Amino acid sequence: MKTLVWVEHDGKAVKDATLAVVTAASKLGEVHLLVAGSGVDAVAKEAAQIAGVGKVHVADNAAFDHNLPENVAPLVAELMGGHDAFLAPATTTGKNIAPRVAALLDVMQISEILSVEGPKTFTRPIYAGNAIATVESSDAKLVLTVRGTAFDKTATSGGSGAVEAVSAGSDAGISTFVGAEIAKQDRPELTSAKIIVSGGRALGSSEKYQEVIVPLADKLNAALGASRAAVDAGYVPNDYQVGQTGKIVAPQVYFAIGISGAIQHLAGMKDSKTIVAINKDEDAPIFQVADFGLVADLFNAVPELTGKI
Amino acid sequence: MKILVPVKRVLDYNVKPRVKSDGTGVDLANVKMSMNPFDEIGIEEAIRLKEKGVATEVVAISVGPAKAQETLRTALAMGADRAILVQTDDDVEPLALAKIFKAIADAEAPGLVILGKQAIDGDNNQTGQMLAALTGWAQGTFASAVNVDGDHVSVTREVDGGLETVKLKLPAIVTTDLRLNEPRYASLPNIMKAKSKPLDTKTPADYGVDTTPRVKTVKVSEPPVRSAGVKVADVDELVAKLKAMGVHS
Repeated sequence: MKTLVWVEHDGKAVKDATLAVVTAASKLGEVHLLVAGSGVDAVAKEAAQIAGVGKVHVADNAAFDHNLPENVAPLVAELMGGHDAFLAPATTTGKNIAPRVAALLDVMQISEILSVEGPKTFTRPIYAGNAIATVESSDAKLVLTVRGTAFDKTATSGGSGAVEAVSAGSDAGISTFVGAEIAKQDRPELTSAKIIVSGGRALGSSEKYQEVIVPLADKLNAALGASRAAVDAGYVPNDYQVGQTGKIVAPQVYFAIGISGAIQHLAGMKDSKTIVAINKDEDAPIFQVADFGLVADLFNAVPELTGKI
Repeated sequence: MKILVPVKRVLDYNVKPRVKSDGTGVDLANVKMSMNPFDEIGIEEAIRLKEKGVATEVVAISVGPAKAQETLRTALAMGADRAILVQTDDDVEPLALAKIFKAIADAEAPGLVILGKQAIDGDNNQTGQMLAALTGWAQGTFASAVNVDGDHVSVTREVDGGLETVKLKLPAIVTTDLRLNEPRYASLPNIMKAKSKPLDTKTPADYGVDTTPRVKTVKVSEPPVRSAGVKVADVDELVAKLKAMGVHS
């Protein structure tokens, strides 16, 4: 089977999310990559070094900047003439593009795969991870999005893929990119961080989040997260949200501070390697999944922890 | 401008899904069903656009069993003008749904189709993007703000790490994210009024769409259970545990 993997990049470097997708693709067959955008030579060169990569298709065209799906999906659909499976990371970019590709190919996409069970058989979460479905495609070609936390990352070196220019594609002329407000954080991104410190409703205010949660995260070089309740209460922006309706994370260590552990939050972090919970309610459901639980007033315990760690 | 809003009847988001013991799916017998929360946001956004004078008519659509009528009545009570039920007892996949919505869009010629970004049962997050592909229209997915300006719509999207704004030519497809709005509750008079609003019943065959699944569910199982660990007595013990794992500043 020949697979085509969408390379997620920022115009300068390959994003980590791509590496887990390469691992999933390599379980299906030969791995080809697609790098789209203008002035992406450096990205293509970097992509070609990813272990096991056979070929890197480079579509150098400004129409593909900002990943506009109206322009990108027809390009992928055309390249799929020579491939059997298209795989993209289950990021907001991958989720935006892949279904548009699938419909152009008249294929049912399989979303957020967790494992490859056979050439056309995969597992995927449904009901926010409260159930796992094993599904089998009957379509001639596959379109898949891949949950990054479910696959190891392929090594970024050792490969020697052949870089090949693609001339296909154009601007469909129905959409334009206006601008982006990407939160500049001097810390790791939530979805790729080794340690995450998350705060919940019990913090009571945005000031307390800054005062209690941020110093611990600074000390551990951790990413900042929050429960939906804390986001809804306006303590932090929505992109901090971990859970069914936010980001799905699986760090080495997840600190849940003042988070009760609603189903919707657990759905986003229960695959973390180690969960540490600090909550003053000893009956909070978060303690049922925590490896280390501390029943304490977070306003005392967290500053003490920050001081001693 | 007309706005189409597909809505799905799903297991209520406050109910914990239970996997059936025979592994064929999630138990939906005798449990509370509600409108998919993201679709509710879609209905609300369409109604607000009508209240602003941007839209002239809001049409709610559901593909599902006879009981999906209740979901459509909820949409009508919130303020949608009329509804179409495409009745089927099959579990219709996103690709077939998109084909049905494409056929309805061809007949109704809307300016916008607003869909939930995903249904909280299948979690597929596909139908809006697929409909955009089939219609050839632009798509603004995971929207947190929608502003119609003449023959274009600006959509602010929730993307990893922040927000992004795109400008799309109308007609266009929008899929909703949580922060777009807070849906209203239907008032009692509006619930009564909704009972007499028009609701057409159709079938997938009326639109020439084959709903045979392309993806077979082999089995559905419980996720691996995480067991509770230990309670530590104080911060010192927690620090010791963390340091033993190599976690320190």
